[in-house]
Amino acid sequence: MARTVGFFTDTTLCIGCKACEVACKEWNQLPGHAPAFGDGYDNTGQLDEQNWRHVQFHERPTAKGGVAWNMMSDVCKHCAQASCMEVCPTNAIIRTEFDTVYIQPSVCNGCRDCIAACPYHVIGFDEASGLARKCTFCYDRLQANLMPACAKACPTESIKFGDLDTMRGVAGARLNQLRGQGMSEARLYGDKEYGGLHALFLLTDKPEAYGLPNTENAVLPRRNNMRSYLGSAVTAALGIVGAVFAFRDRGGKE
Amino acid sequence: MPQHFVAPPQWEWYIVWYFFLGGLAGGAYALGAILRLMGDQRDAPVSRLAFLATLPILAICPILLTLDLGRPLRFWHMLIDSRTFGLNFKYWSPMSVGAWVLLIFSLFALVSFLEALGSLRSGRAPFLTGALGRVFVIVGAFFGLFLAGYTGVLLSVSNQPIWSDTWALGGLFLASGLSVAAAALTLVARLGRHEESAEAKLSRADRYFTILELALLVVFFLSLGAVGTQFLQPRWLALWVVVLIGILVPFVLQMASVRRTPVMLAAVLTLVGGLALRIVVIFGAQM
Repeated sequence: MARTVGFFTDTTLCIGCKACEVACKEWNQLPGHAPAFGDGYDNTGQLDEQNWRHVQFHERPTAKGGVAWNMMSDVCKHCAQASCMEVCPTNAIIRTEFDTVYIQPSVCNGCRDCIAACPYHVIGFDEASGLARKCTFCYDRLQANLMPACAKACPTESIKFGDLDTMRGVAGARLNQLRGQGMSEARLYGDKEYGGLHALFLLTDKPEAYGLPNTENAVLPRRNNMRSYLGSAVTAALGIVGAVFAFRDRGGKE
Repeated sequence: MPQHFVAPPQWEWYIVWYFFLGGLAGGAYALGAILRLMGDQRDAPVSRLAFLATLPILAICPILLTLDLGRPLRFWHMLIDSRTFGLNFKYWSPMSVGAWVLLIFSLFALVSFLEALGSLRSGRAPFLTGALGRVFVIVGAFFGLFLAGYTGVLLSVSNQPIWSDTWALGGLFLASGLSVAAAALTLVARLGRHEESAEAKLSRADRYFTILELALLVVFFLSLGAVGTQFLQPRWLALWVVVLIGILVPFVLQMASVRRTPVMLAAVLTLVGGLALRIVVIFGAQM
């Protein structure tokens, strides 16, 4: 049943319980890494081949002199214009009938070009299988008409799941509600970037604060194709001219 | 400054050596082709030497690339779609283009190698003579130069810091490829006691390639702007010093003398500098 799905992650509702991380690992049979304990509550660290959801904890000083937590459950954005899919040389990365971005484990050969391309630090290389791995949007659950495990487990409905258009509507309404309540810093991320993300976020700070490139910096790898080839071509031409010049017979003078 | 929130692809030593040897092989073939096209019979042995050297150097490249894969046995997925068994080609993905260029250039390198091998005995080309032979090496040289340069494009067509913040890497690697190829051929020609005129020509050509490389290095850093400050860490600075020694010292030595030792030393420094350039660009962006 083909449909266009999306996540809407409302960070104002996230309590940092990490139920999404646990549900994701349970469903997708991801053993995870050993936890790394630093000076914060984030012992997951980053999105990678084992962590397909990552609850970020950001401490931010408030106007009243206290400290506020900004928490955000990060995930693959399933970009409409996906950098990973663009560079993948084997066509292992496909767009599914749900309009999500999926790495076919039977096709991927572990070249890691997608990791170099992904602007969101989402994909990781799995040493055990030799494959690039990331969130599948619970492709198997979608096919069985179930919602992704993370959204199912989220106790505060910070992670919402549904048709992308519905999610856009919900996100817009929530933004208006918060702005109406005087939360001027509230903003939506993902409606413009990369042709529209399939994971929208309601943030209360700049995107950069959550490790998300702002709209200006959300650019595709192919932006460098033409000019880099052009630079090579000009260099090649100059090199050939130099070689011809150097190889000319100088009548035995040298 | 551009924002990057990316994971490194863990392209390491296999890729460093592939980039180096690919540039060397592509550059060597191109120089062999140009020498042959210029038609000076005294240069024929060095041109032949270039074609003889290209194939064995090139043959290492696919081995390195295959070993670097997470699933080496699926190397053919780069060329053939494993689901439809149709050909896989994405002109907008430099890795896809590069896989094909490597394959096609290998065929040219193989034919030119066999021809050079055949002409070792008879003294003249056994096949691909005349206009056909000239067209053949021109097309082969195109793919060789493409191989030397596309590796820089591959790095830039990503979202990695440094790599994607410049458009000069393709040109820089290509110029460096020509330079290391000229140095390697000078070295082998010296060891094999070839015609001195060809050797002087190679040395002269390397001077132009060095100027080209230096100019591109300046363009590279200018295009990076503030991003380039990442290279200020001591370990990267040390490698850049090696790169600069590999460019400047041979340049001065070539200007000063054609005596045996300095020419050999210049060639070795150029090769080491070319390798250091790839190490610092590949590792410097990922750490």
